[in-house]
Amino acid sequence: MIEFEEVSYGYGGTGPLLSDINLKLAPGSFHFLTGPSGAGKTTLIKLCYGALVPTQGRAVLFDQDVRQMSRDDIAETRRKVGVVHQDVQFLDHLTLAENVALPLTVSGRATEMQDLGDLLGWVGLTGQVEARPPELSGGERQRAALARAVIMSPEVILADEPTGNVDWDMSQRLLKLLIELNRMGKTVLIATHDMNLIRAAKAQVQARVLRISDHRVQLAGADL
Amino acid sequence: MNRFLAPILALLSVDTQADRVVPPTGFTARLTVFASGAMAFLAVFALALSLATGRLAEQWSDALAQSATIRVAAPEGQVDQQVLAVMEILQTTPGVADARVLTDDEQRALLEPWFGPDLPVETLPIPRLIEIIEDGDGFDPEGLRQRLAGEAPGAILDDHSRWREPLVRAAGRLRLLGGVSIALIALTTAAMITLAANAALAANDQVIHVLRLVGARDRYIAGAFVRRFTLRAFAGAAIGMLAGLLAILLLPSADVGGGFLTGLGFRGWHWLLPLLIPPLAAIVAFLATRQAANTTLRELT
Ligand SMILES: Nc1ncnc2c1ncn2[C@@H]1O[C@H](COP(=O)(O)OP(=O)(O)O)[C@@H](O)[C@H]1O
Ligand SMILES: [Mg+2]
Repeated sequence: MIEFEEVSYGYGGTGPLLSDINLKLAPGSFHFLTGPSGAGKTTLIKLCYGALVPTQGRAVLFDQDVRQMSRDDIAETRRKVGVVHQDVQFLDHLTLAENVALPLTVSGRATEMQDLGDLLGWVGLTGQVEARPPELSGGERQRAALARAVIMSPEVILADEPTGNVDWDMSQRLLKLLIELNRMGKTVLIATHDMNLIRAAKAQVQARVLRISDHRVQLAGADL
Repeated sequence: MNRFLAPILALLSVDTQADRVVPPTGFTARLTVFASGAMAFLAVFALALSLATGRLAEQWSDALAQSATIRVAAPEGQVDQQVLAVMEILQTTPGVADARVLTDDEQRALLEPWFGPDLPVETLPIPRLIEIIEDGDGFDPEGLRQRLAGEAPGAILDDHSRWREPLVRAAGRLRLLGGVSIALIALTTAAMITLAANAALAANDQVIHVLRLVGARDRYIAGAFVRRFTLRAFAGAAIGMLAGLLAILLLPSADVGGGFLTGLGFRGWHWLLPLLIPPLAAIVAFLATRQAANTTLRELT
């Protein structure tokens, strides 16, 4: 569903940030993407949902070459890929519930209140339904972002540092949710520089760990 | 027209959920309502001016059509002969569509305001009057005068009503200016709303970014803005139009002789024309905002 062939990407200026990346996210797989800060994890995730177009090589999303996609095609792709962004952004004038339901709203689909309630219950935000995003804590924002990412029942979930701003217990809680999604058959990719999180996950799920080093993506060894 | 109306009708089936995704923006909202209201108010007057001067031009040119008369004053016994001579000259004068000798009754009616109803027209040495109806281009008064002097010395061409001709031209020009004003008002409205829409789009670039991240198409995002500005322009223009109509209704009516200023207003079905202003403002806002939104969305990546 997401496949990279010899993909390179650079923001211009000095050489490519990522080069010659071959990557295939098979349905139902669970991946970690790691590497030091500034290695290009967020950049790679943006390539996965069509926010960036490779400067070289081919990125194929749902059998479509990103380079050939119209803006409408990209919008369509984003309905099939749930993304938890590193800098989670909400619409501050809407309630939490409305923000979580936003992907449904913008695609012209009715929100089933029952389903929305279940989803918010699943991420433990039943009490904050009417809250505005600025009133939420870091952990609540991350869980709301996860709920928003999955409300369209996407096949693929990309989470960029989902545990970035939360304490250990909350990060375990988020990890558990992502593992649950994977057990339901979703393809999951988590970008993180947190090795402890990866170790904790490996005990619960079969995960492949990709590491960005030296502009390339490599399969991490057994050192984890 | 249908190409424009269909999307506007679609707009009016308000999708409240979709409209909420764009935050309410106080300043651009007020600017749009105010600008379209003020412009609609002005448009009512421009329309009234255009229609009034149009009416005036028509009345005056009707009057012009019968503007010229020839008075034949001659010693007893020569009058009829000279009238005949004048009629003959007129028949061969280019620019004269028709000529007619006024009857005694008509002459009496003309003189009645001055001399009362019992004037013995038949017995008084009153000149005969010949009314000339001109065709489109009119005749050459100097040429006619010369021919009259030669063949009917008692005939005097009186074309004093011609002074109105430049006024008719001025009235026609005023009507044109009224039309130009309406066009300028529409353009200004479009420009103001484009500015307001651009300001709103710029202020909401984060919102647009988030909407895109969750899979909103450009059409959806543009629609949310366009709908908003169209409805605001419509509401503002409706208020401005009503205020303009009220102001015209309240014009003091000094209906003496139907002078120019008292003619400023609407007659009959013309009262319905201002009702077109709010829908037109909505169309202008729709096109301006759609253009602004499409441009902005193409540039924002
Ligand atoms: N929009 C951008 N324009 C220019 N450089 C950028 C942009 N976004 C990220 N970068 C640079 O690319 C590098 C990788 O960024 P990023 O993908 O966010 O890394 P990571 O997520 O692994 O921390 C960083 O050096 C960053 O400064
Ligand atoms: Mg990052």
